Amino acid sequence: MFSSFLIKYGEIGVKGKNRYIFENALMHQIRYALKRCEGEFLVHKAEGRVYVDALSDFDYDETVENLKTVFGITGICPMKFAEDEGFEKLSKTVVDYVAEVYPNREGKTFKVHARRSRKSYPLDSMQINAQLGGVILDAYPELSVDVHNPDITVYVEIREKIYLYSQIIPGPGGMPVGTNGKAMLLLSGGIDSPVAGYLVSKRGVKIDAVYFHAPPYTSERAKQKVVDLARKVSKYCGPIYLHVINFTDIQLAIYEKCPHDELTIIMRRYMMKIAEHIAKETDCLGLITGESIGQVASQTMASLACTNEVCTLPVYRPCIGMDKQEIISVSEKIDTYETSILPFEDCCTIFVAKHPVTKPSLDIIKKHEHNLDDCIDKLMDEALSTKETIIVSVE
Amino acid sequence: MMQEVYLDNSATTKCSEEAAKLMYKVLCDDYGNPSSMHNKGVEAERYITEAKKIIAASLKCDEREILFTSGGTESDNMALIGVANANKRSGMHIITTCVEHPAILETCDYLEKQGFEITYLSVDEYGKIKLDELEASIRKDTILVSIMHTNNEIGALEPIAEAGAIIKRVNPNTLFHVDAVQGFGKFRILPKKMNIDLLSVSSHKIHGPKGVGFLYIGNKVKIHPIIWGGGQQKGMRSGTENVPGIAGMAEAVRLCYATLDEDVTKLYNLKQYFIDEVVALDGITVNGITQDIHGCAPHIISVSVEGIRAEVLLHALEQKGVYVSSGSACASNKPAISGTLKAIGVKNNLLDSTIRVSMSVYTTKEEIDYTLQCLKEIIPALRKYTRH
Repeated sequence: MFSSFLIKYGEIGVKGKNRYIFENALMHQIRYALKRCEGEFLVHKAEGRVYVDALSDFDYDETVENLKTVFGITGICPMKFAEDEGFEKLSKTVVDYVAEVYPNREGKTFKVHARRSRKSYPLDSMQINAQLGGVILDAYPELSVDVHNPDITVYVEIREKIYLYSQIIPGPGGMPVGTNGKAMLLLSGGIDSPVAGYLVSKRGVKIDAVYFHAPPYTSERAKQKVVDLARKVSKYCGPIYLHVINFTDIQLAIYEKCPHDELTIIMRRYMMKIAEHIAKETDCLGLITGESIGQVASQTMASLACTNEVCTLPVYRPCIGMDKQEIISVSEKIDTYETSILPFEDCCTIFVAKHPVTKPSLDIIKKHEHNLDDCIDKLMDEALSTKETIIVSVE
Repeated sequence: MMQEVYLDNSATTKCSEEAAKLMYKVLCDDYGNPSSMHNKGVEAERYITEAKKIIAASLKCDEREILFTSGGTESDNMALIGVANANKRSGMHIITTCVEHPAILETCDYLEKQGFEITYLSVDEYGKIKLDELEASIRKDTILVSIMHTNNEIGALEPIAEAGAIIKRVNPNTLFHVDAVQGFGKFRILPKKMNIDLLSVSSHKIHGPKGVGFLYIGNKVKIHPIIWGGGQQKGMRSGTENVPGIAGMAEAVRLCYATLDEDVTKLYNLKQYFIDEVVALDGITVNGITQDIHGCAPHIISVSVEGIRAEVLLHALEQKGVYVSSGSACASNKPAISGTLKAIGVKNNLLDSTIRVSMSVYTTKEEIDYTLQCLKEIIPALRKYTRH
């Protein structure tokens, strides 16, 4: 029935001279999402709007589901378009449209909302509204008109062709990925970090990720789990370069030479250093973590201050003020929750102390880090040399 | 290339090339449905007939007593649920042991919810049931006793022949089911001589393909199907027969029994050698080993390594190309700790530190030496770092 979608976008409409950059990024991301769908599509821009036209048979539900993953889209309007063959013909098209889309019309209210971009059209918007409204009423006496709060609004746009739509399916909002640089996500395999990546990406940021694995303490399945999570997030943010770093030796050195209750903090400081190193090499403009204040010992304000201190790049923590349940709700929405809760050990938990410090002092942490002076540079270099990069996407 | 040593043969085995080649032929050339009336069907049916012959010969039973299934789990389900449903008017009591595979234990849980009463026999430090406890547990309304032949976690051998004799003496109407998934192919199990009424076997534990197995059902046993449909296998197990699987399994059985005695002798020697060497290391216990090693299975060794978590040791061995499992592979994806290890009294601190090494006919002395060498390197290194 529908052969086309009008894509509504919010904020990018107001970006002045940069508008075309945003629109092109949006179209690029729409094409990425549509690669997952059956059928051929043309994504194009006309008269300041973005359209998706189906060039072949396609699966409507699947297409809408995938369009809903494109940041920047505020609304998806399934559309029918017709050639302009006179008002008579248009009336018939509109009447058929209402029958098809609204098989149950009993007691419903409606109005017609016309927009005439092509000013040469013989009727003006008000006239179109009134006349088409009359035609619909004649055809379906069970409907009644309500211009203020109708159940159904039939939009009629007169352009080169004539476009009909009446449904606006909400999109995810945000801004198209690729309009706001790139950031490095520390992806652990837990619930929070995929959500953090999703939330930052929603503001138009492209995501790369780093995962620390610690064989034999963490398994191949734990690594596969992180790849699977990255794949789910890449549905929204585009292909992800996932860098896997072998962290075992650094972790064992910290375990051997530093107080055990500070192990997690010191470990996280080195993770941040490594992540930042890779971030700078790959033109990322910031780091992203899934931290939320007070969730665990290493995420108290004091602990965050200690881990943050090693970085010069800004660290984005979009979950910072969210409760666990709020984070879980997002992870369920983006379908990462089921994967996140698979019970494979990740490298943050293997040596965790029974009573880790919750109010670490930066001076003391730094003092204890000096115990690593004789080996840490070498270990960091070695860890970086183990880097394996996996390109993850859902195409 | 790194050496690969596969010591997880109780989880599954490599399919023998002979079986795989035969299956390829059945899949690509002789692919008919044995129920079809034309020649292509007759051809396929021949594989089934031939398979029944080979399997029946290995058990010294009648060909009509073999029912093909999808594997050990289905055979166990069919034996328990099928017998329970067919005999509930004679009684609602079933006896099994506390060290069975989940295919038995979970099915018993289900039957309990259906109103059956289940008695679980305890085991001694070697994982063996006590015959007097069995005798005392059998009642007038006991319709079924189910005891495993070989324990999958520690390799304990249950006194099947003795149990069979006791059951038939105390209550001749009680049926006796044996889960022989780990024991078939290592021992000559003769149902008629051991008073076994039902026997479960899986193909992929004996170098056959996955997804196929059989249930021996003695000709006098009252049992109902648990799967209904087109009436194949005399209505006892509907569904088109897995012809390539059945052919492959039969080939594996044939190969296995052709060299059984020498293979088992070799396995016992390797097992004894491994145990002697491994207990010389610090803080190692081998679980459930009887004084005479022939009191346990020839291929399964349960090793507790003090101070190291099984999962870590497993992955460390994996880095060196050696594949073992933690506790029992079937239970490993559940956080629950091994039922058998607890039942035989393994100390709490060792429950989570136990790996299972399980060999096959393909295992060599060189592989065992390499594995021992790896353990000697890995264990002291891992012990330096323990969780607090």
